[in-house]
Amino acid sequence: MTTLTKDSPISIPSRGRHSRREGDLGRPRGPGSVLSYAVLILMFGYFLLPFWWILVASTKSNDSLFSSPALWFGDNGLIDNLREVFTFNDGIYLRWMLNSAFYAAVGGVGATVVSALAGYAFAKLRFPGRNLLFNVLLGLIMVPATALVLPTYLLLSRAGLVDSIWAVILPTLLNPFGVYLFRVYANDMVPEEMLEAARIDGASELRIFRSVALPVMRPALVTVLLFSIVSTWNNFFLPLVMLSNDRLFPLTVGLRTWYRTATINSGASVLFNLVIVGSLLAIVPLVAAFLLLQRYWQGGLTVGSIK
Amino acid sequence: MTGSVRTRRRSIHRQTGTGLLFVAPFTVLLVAFLLFPLGYAFKLSLYRSTLIGGDVFSGLGNYQDVWADPEFRQGVVRVVIFGLVQTPVMIGVALIAALMIDAITSRFTKFFRLAMFAPYAVPVAIGALMWGYLYSPDLGPLHADLLTGPLALISMGNIVTWQWAGYNMIILYAALQGLPREVLEASRVDGAGQLRTAISVKIPMISSALVLTVIFTIIGTLQFFTEPLLLQPLNPGTITNSYTPNIYAFYQAFSYQQYNYSAAVSFALGAVVFVGSYLFLFFARKRSGLQ
Repeated sequence: MTTLTKDSPISIPSRGRHSRREGDLGRPRGPGSVLSYAVLILMFGYFLLPFWWILVASTKSNDSLFSSPALWFGDNGLIDNLREVFTFNDGIYLRWMLNSAFYAAVGGVGATVVSALAGYAFAKLRFPGRNLLFNVLLGLIMVPATALVLPTYLLLSRAGLVDSIWAVILPTLLNPFGVYLFRVYANDMVPEEMLEAARIDGASELRIFRSVALPVMRPALVTVLLFSIVSTWNNFFLPLVMLSNDRLFPLTVGLRTWYRTATINSGASVLFNLVIVGSLLAIVPLVAAFLLLQRYWQGGLTVGSIK
Repeated sequence: MTGSVRTRRRSIHRQTGTGLLFVAPFTVLLVAFLLFPLGYAFKLSLYRSTLIGGDVFSGLGNYQDVWADPEFRQGVVRVVIFGLVQTPVMIGVALIAALMIDAITSRFTKFFRLAMFAPYAVPVAIGALMWGYLYSPDLGPLHADLLTGPLALISMGNIVTWQWAGYNMIILYAALQGLPREVLEASRVDGAGQLRTAISVKIPMISSALVLTVIFTIIGTLQFFTEPLLLQPLNPGTITNSYTPNIYAFYQAFSYQQYNYSAAVSFALGAVVFVGSYLFLFFARKRSGLQ
């Protein structure tokens, strides 16, 4: 599947909607639950296997990768690998990492701001063309993003914008699914009475948005931000098509060029250990982000399925 | 809803200005990066570039060629078969896991949830690359080439399952957690066991979440691209330049400069995905009586 389904459904922790069922904890455990545990433990091993592999493989030198068992340690080359990955080819890996961080930060924050403003307006403000525009959005929410990459490339190349950071950042700012979720969230969570009261007090609409609506919408903001940042960091097809200057590559595209070179030359020019350590470093920040921000995605995506 | 008529009118006036201001950036982006490219792709697909005459209007000629193109057809058949197998397998894994951790809540299941979701945080390109090593006859634990012939598609299906099952599990698990407690209690009082409750009560009640996960999976499988592209250097004989429609469109455009033909391929694929997902949604809603 493709990372370009950037309209990834986003979990919105809605208050009170899923109250925990307390009875679960005190249930009797029978043979069924022993079987369940066995299945879960097997699955647990399956989902963690590639992580275990990459942790182990990162500690090996290129030779040891071939000579030692795949799922166990060989020689101790972690420090050398780390040094090599950051110095190879004039330290281009660090450059890719900074590019990824930059695209993810600017694209993620930008997409969240744009979606929050539009979603709030659709839910709470009256203006001409509101329903028409929102229906256009709903109609287009299913357009597969991969179908748009090629024409967007051709259009941007006419505008002289391909092979620049804008070619990667601008298209990621559009997130129709985010707008939809903010609209649902604002609709459910921002009380009309609060807005009315602020209006009567003479507050400007801008001020009302900032001081009344935004604090209420904060959980949705963090969630959309998290998923936007992740989808931009993980993006592959768009930068692959848009960029040819390798100084502008994000990690995903850069590591693919290393991987290709390594595979085609059987590891002669770029070494497999660099690709492996590079991959490990590329996934650490995101796995960490998801672990730290658990409560923002654990609530699960219910908005999309209920509405 | 108090206040005099005049304040109210002024308020609506101000709302108009702010509303337009707030949707302006989104609207500009929607036009520039969705409507306009969509229209442009359609226009491109209706033309042919010729050596002497430049771009010539050819109506639906490109689409006829695409439809008759055996490479395109093989790619379509491949992703459809892939989708038919992949969707039930992956959603099945996600559903079973969600039902089990919903039934037994313990410290382990909390940990399990994290572990199963973790692959979602891995970029698809890097996930494919990691599995590529595990499948390699030189570096992998099985010392067998798992990317030849029909095995290749199964191996790639495994990558997709690994990467997305946890994400779907989270959606289904959240839906399960939202079920009203009384209904489950009633089922238990009626003497239904865990398995029976799961099959007859829980699964029907989370059908809307299931529909959602199925749609996302179908959309994803039809657009299959990143995994085969990444793994192509491992076995270019099996994973050809027309392995999936998206890969075909990519190579047509960027290796052969066939922009018009490529536009027709991706527009046709986009239309199939678009219409397919709406039809599925429509019928699923009708059948399950969702709003």
